[in-house]
Amino acid sequence: MTAPVSPSAGALRAEFGDAIVRHAVSCGDTIVYVGRERAHDVLAWLHETPGQQFDYLTDVTAVEYRDPERPLEVVWQLRSLPRKADLRVKVELDKRGPLEVASVWDLWHGADWLEREVYDMFGVVFTGHPDLRRILMWETYAEGYPLRKDFPLRGHFSRAEQTRQALAANPEAHYSMEELSIAEAFNELPADMRERLARGERGFLK
Amino acid sequence: MSLRTVEMALATPGVDAEGRPTRVPLGAATGTGTYDEEFGAEHMLVNIGPQHPATHGVLRLVLELEGETVKRCIPHLGYLHSGFEKLGEYRHYNQIIPLTDRTDYLSPMANNVCLALAAEKLMGIQVPERCRVLRVIACEMSRIISHLVWLGTTGIDLGAFTPFLWSFQQRERIYNLQEMWTGARLTTSLTRVGGMMADVPEGFEAGLRDFTRTFPKTLTEVDTMFTRNAIWIGRTQGVGVLTAAEATNYSLSGPMLRASGVDYDVRKDRPYLDYETYDFDVPVGEHGDIYDRYRVRLEEMWQSNRILEQALDRLARLQGAPINVSDPRVILPAKSRAMSDMEAMIFHFKQVMEGVKPPVGEAYMGIENPKGELGYYFVSDGTAKPVRWRIRPPSFINLSSLPKMCEGALLSDVIAINASVDIVMGEVDR
Repeated sequence: MTAPVSPSAGALRAEFGDAIVRHAVSCGDTIVYVGRERAHDVLAWLHETPGQQFDYLTDVTAVEYRDPERPLEVVWQLRSLPRKADLRVKVELDKRGPLEVASVWDLWHGADWLEREVYDMFGVVFTGHPDLRRILMWETYAEGYPLRKDFPLRGHFSRAEQTRQALAANPEAHYSMEELSIAEAFNELPADMRERLARGERGFLK
Repeated sequence: MSLRTVEMALATPGVDAEGRPTRVPLGAATGTGTYDEEFGAEHMLVNIGPQHPATHGVLRLVLELEGETVKRCIPHLGYLHSGFEKLGEYRHYNQIIPLTDRTDYLSPMANNVCLALAAEKLMGIQVPERCRVLRVIACEMSRIISHLVWLGTTGIDLGAFTPFLWSFQQRERIYNLQEMWTGARLTTSLTRVGGMMADVPEGFEAGLRDFTRTFPKTLTEVDTMFTRNAIWIGRTQGVGVLTAAEATNYSLSGPMLRASGVDYDVRKDRPYLDYETYDFDVPVGEHGDIYDRYRVRLEEMWQSNRILEQALDRLARLQGAPINVSDPRVILPAKSRAMSDMEAMIFHFKQVMEGVKPPVGEAYMGIENPKGELGYYFVSDGTAKPVRWRIRPPSFINLSSLPKMCEGALLSDVIAINASVDIVMGEVDR
């Protein structure tokens, strides 16, 4: 049984030509692979064009394969509520280059936390995201990106080191810069921490 | 005031028709006169949680307040992060099922069903009809208990204690049925790839029939208690409003989306488990506020009850029908056969030691969970363990609209708005 390809794939190829790398069908779902530079244009076109109307962003995630040669994929799962149609759009990111792709927060606000999670778990930077911080791991988390394949299940650090870091954490680090400025607690912080915060270094413990 | 199903003039003391306070606050008569310039100039930082009963788990909210008005709400998550998605990459497909119990632990059976469906989609398996009916029963039972928890805890957050006891009494009855079926009340692990862990035991159908017959009484009681209650209406109508366009844009799903007037229910729009053959309605709200979310969830429990009745009829018709696919590569052979038949023993051994192996490919399966659209996205490289197991967490995505809803609300409304999202932190943090 071969499932039909979504008509959006052909429409995209007609509109964007070479920017559409290829398309595939897996388990009945159409997947369109897009070049990184045009990803935002393609998604914006799918969002706005009548006849496509992908007004609902079901999910944003990333996939890294066990084969280290294979690129990392960023996946957008789109849904058109009026047309009752789905489409999966993927961008392949070469792991030797920068893991960067344009944010779609301006199209779907639902991407806000989803992109933060992909950044948190895979280290993919979404350019143009208004507030790209870690979301599930804490801000001073220094072990890397947990869902990457080179990340061991128990973490990079030993249990002793993880405990040491947890005990040494400065409670003030749990407030963001904005929050500290609201509370006017910024001036009461130790001078070196204030300096580091001002430089935007909040990620690492000495 | 907009037109509502329940139109009621609210007589809130101390507030005139336009919402301005008519009574002078205490202390103003002393006339120190110095607070005028100061008032409102300073913003205050209030931290709620992570250990706070009204945040429904370990959610932490940092609020910027101007007086009692919320200027900004900054949620902090991850206190319950367990790395389920990472753990899934180290497990066989059937071994992931116990992990799904623990994500949305208020509706474990529905999560089990979603995982089995996703793996079956990946492998191209169609389960027998009795299995599909049993799964529908599991999903709808989950919907009822999850909504009952929501109803009870939200009632408590807004000062109503009695419906909490009523709803938890009914929830207990479903938990007893779950225990009867699976041996566990919460960690059910009900499904297997290609079938079920077990058929329903003797007496289960009668117990569930009894539940569907008597449960509407509780729903009616709750309806009497809340729907026309002036305090309830005052606390919920017009609070935490999201328009249909905003709700879609924020990728909300489930009752949150439907309360805003968007008619999207996965059971109707992308049917699975033969939901298209069941007779049920999808309640859709109008105003997108907490009150409409309450009405949608209350009505969904009525509809779930209807579906359960229909499913029980089908179950009676399918007495003795198989619940598993007859594929020895997916389903374990009967123990007696595995002990006596060489081939059955080999299949048994291979399945236990190597696991079920789907072909290379990927599949996204979304189902309508009580919280919203739960999606499991599997990427397989042909081995017995998935390359990637992604959970599309409905409460996480629904919660991401919280800062938007809290903006400009009162501090006391934040509690109500947060309750109306219906989060479960096990799923938000995964």
